Amino acid sequence: MIEFKLPSLGADMDEGKLLEWKIKPGDAIKRGQVIAVVDTSKAAVDVEIWHDGVVQELITKPGETIPVGSVMARLRETGEAAAAPKAAAPFPEAPAPTPKAAAASVASVPPTLRKPASPAARKRAHELDVEIEKVTGTGPHGAVTLEDVEKAAEYAAPAPAPAPAPAPTPAPAPAPGADRQAEMRKAIGAAMSRSKREIPHYYLAETIPMHRAIEHLTRANEGRPVTERVLMGALQLKAVALTLKQFPELNGFWRDGAFQPGAGIHVGVAISLRQGGLVAPAIHDVDQRGLGDLMRALADLVKRARAGSLRSSEMSDPTITVTNLGEQGVEAVYGVIYPPQVALVGFGRIAERALAEDGALRAAPVVTATLSGDHRASDGHRGARFLAALREQLQRPEEL
Amino acid sequence: MTPEELKSQVLGILATIAPELEPGELRADKALRSQVDLDSMDWLNFLVALHERLKVEIPETDYAKLVTLEDLLGYLNKKLP
Repeated sequence: MIEFKLPSLGADMDEGKLLEWKIKPGDAIKRGQVIAVVDTSKAAVDVEIWHDGVVQELITKPGETIPVGSVMARLRETGEAAAAPKAAAPFPEAPAPTPKAAAASVASVPPTLRKPASPAARKRAHELDVEIEKVTGTGPHGAVTLEDVEKAAEYAAPAPAPAPAPAPTPAPAPAPGADRQAEMRKAIGAAMSRSKREIPHYYLAETIPMHRAIEHLTRANEGRPVTERVLMGALQLKAVALTLKQFPELNGFWRDGAFQPGAGIHVGVAISLRQGGLVAPAIHDVDQRGLGDLMRALADLVKRARAGSLRSSEMSDPTITVTNLGEQGVEAVYGVIYPPQVALVGFGRIAERALAEDGALRAAPVVTATLSGDHRASDGHRGARFLAALREQLQRPEEL
Repeated sequence: MTPEELKSQVLGILATIAPELEPGELRADKALRSQVDLDSMDWLNFLVALHERLKVEIPETDYAKLVTLEDLLGYLNKKLP
């Protein structure tokens, strides 16, 4: 039996609201298939599954808000005999709170005495002997997250715990048609606070001559119809991805006290939304894509991000983020790393500057590229070499 | 197509890119991209939509001529098939 649990679709997500099932009991499903649409504070996300199987039972009901990690559905592995849905097979693991009970603790409208917390946080609190009622929650509506519990345990270990913070006043139930912008602001705030609290950032900047890349792109776009034109943003993404191949320590995650290299180079693209806020979903395997293909993927991603329709693998997979604020006119951006990633590359405005090259001075377009790195995973020395390699890569645009 | 029809088509396409746009607040003689906050991806999508709707091809080398809404309407008027 396969339990399908609500995946975390980014560091800033603790719960999600099921909008719609795309499957029904008895359906045979394939790995990679979209099986549900879940509303997060950032978008309605098409949630994919990573097993083949046959749907046995749908547990979560559309409209329900459930914490990350809740079992949403049960599936039989292909070939497994069908069990009567009611005759629940005994589960090998210790009984966790049933999804419905867990959902009720978070989704119920009247404030309950029980502190809102994710099942994972409760389990961990029990293991670490932390009193969950005394932990200050940083999740949505003050919910206690796994991180909060671990932090509380850290503080508690060397010294007596600081006086428990006053319990947050129960958040009022969101108004119908809840204000997504306010939710998104809160989610971004939580992820970025966590980043600045936990990640020892270092910052580097490098000026990169861009005339070769611009000439290359202008020439290439000349012959292309408007539907196939490539933007500089796509070229920069490809350059970052190719350069990263030599710097695996910048591409991946910091989890459980150790660096885990990414399985591929999945670049998160920071996309600002017109109504405010931003998302940074991934384009997969950027290093392996042709520029035309990458441009189509980028255009599609921006369109879907702005329409609020993203896939779960795009939300949870980025191994690094690239942000480009040059069009807003700034010279450089020193970004905040999106946990659990360990690096962020920023591009500023491409502008003409006096450039000394080969003993001569001339006006040439340049861009300031920056690297925000996690000092637990890499050092400034390697970060500096990364930016130097990125600069060189952008002088050979024909390879991109 | 009359200039008024063209303008209303162009504004209609612009509204699909920037849904929050209030056409009444748009100054036809001021830089379009900064007024509507169109980044290069929005701009490209706008041109693709113009191309699809009006069958006009706008080469990249002409972008510099298209600063204001007036510029754009004049340019399209000449190029309409």
